[in-house]
Amino acid sequence: MSAGIDPARDTHATEGTGVPIRFRVYRRKAGDRAGHFDEFALEVAPDTTVLDALVAIRTRLDPTLMLRHSCFHASCGTCGMRVNDAEVMACVTKVLDLGTPRVKVEPIANGALLGDLATDMVDFYARLAAIGRALVRNSEWLPSSELPPGIEAHNRYESCIECGLCLSACPVVATDARYLGPAALAAAERAIGEPRGLDPGFILNLIDDPQGAWRCHAAFECTEACPSEVDPAGAIMALRRRAAGARLRSIIRRRT
Amino acid sequence: MSEQSVSPEPIDPGSSWASRRRRGIAGWGDPRGRRLGGWAFILNRLTGLGVLLYLSFHLVVLSLLARGPSAWDGFVSLAGSPIFLCFDVVLIFGLLFHGLNGIRVTLVGFGLVVDRQRAMLVALMVIGAIALVVAALHIFAAG
Repeated sequence: MSAGIDPARDTHATEGTGVPIRFRVYRRKAGDRAGHFDEFALEVAPDTTVLDALVAIRTRLDPTLMLRHSCFHASCGTCGMRVNDAEVMACVTKVLDLGTPRVKVEPIANGALLGDLATDMVDFYARLAAIGRALVRNSEWLPSSELPPGIEAHNRYESCIECGLCLSACPVVATDARYLGPAALAAAERAIGEPRGLDPGFILNLIDDPQGAWRCHAAFECTEACPSEVDPAGAIMALRRRAAGARLRSIIRRRT
Repeated sequence: MSEQSVSPEPIDPGSSWASRRRRGIAGWGDPRGRRLGGWAFILNRLTGLGVLLYLSFHLVVLSLLARGPSAWDGFVSLAGSPIFLCFDVVLIFGLLFHGLNGIRVTLVGFGLVVDRQRAMLVALMVIGAIALVVAALHIFAAG
């Protein structure tokens, strides 16, 4: 299947003037026994992002392609994907910057798949919830904003955009479902640093665990993959120092 | 804290269609798309296994001593062959990488120089490379 980017849709490319790229896109729908790759040919302009290309594929070549996106500027965290084996936000990754004539697109790894490029984030959110969903920025609430039914408030913590790229890139998460994981540990470090009503002792107890801060093997892939400069690996090491310090203090207290 | 309390309930593939795409061992060993820290992670695992394998082999070889001088002398003449000396260089690479990266991982694990971990890795690898060249020259000069 082949198509140029529609000039009416995308002001960056005019039919016949773009660079031809072959996209190999992971496909798997509910009930499929295994995943496979579909190939789509597309002409891209210098500013075409991977997300632009995927939207063009869905619009023009295959309306059954499942993917998720919202903001187009790496703020909502919904279009995190594995592009050419690296975790990126598809919306801010320019196709030609990848430098390959074939571009492989897969959903983020180590999570549950809904279909094609869309993953189920329930497990990811549950890990954040275990920490207490730290750091609700009051300044991010628009008092005038309308909330969907059943939602009490919009919230997010700090810089994390909850995209799941860190969990996809982490080699430990790849083999261990019980590991709390980089995003939740980064949230824990921020919550202990600035509790805002949460109990730091409870959180420290939660992460001072073989499946908490001590499970990390310092590959630093989470920090490399993070599109929002959260630095989960740095947070995990800070948590270890806190946990070790707390244990040391409790030993000293017991002796004296 | 028990292990179960840390993690949420896994999604049950039977109740709703949700296929877990955990990468498994490929998530450890696949170097594609990985950055410097990821490469160090992979090499640390490989050299760790290699050194473990060497240790077992080393103990088997030492047990030859119990079987008398002829068995031991037979091994010593084999150990001087150029192919064997190449294995020695590989072994020293493994020991150097695992040991030097171990220093980095230990320091980082104590929350020290975390933001300079990449520079530390490069510096340690330069030291390791020099040590490896010196060791290789010694091995082949003596062999």
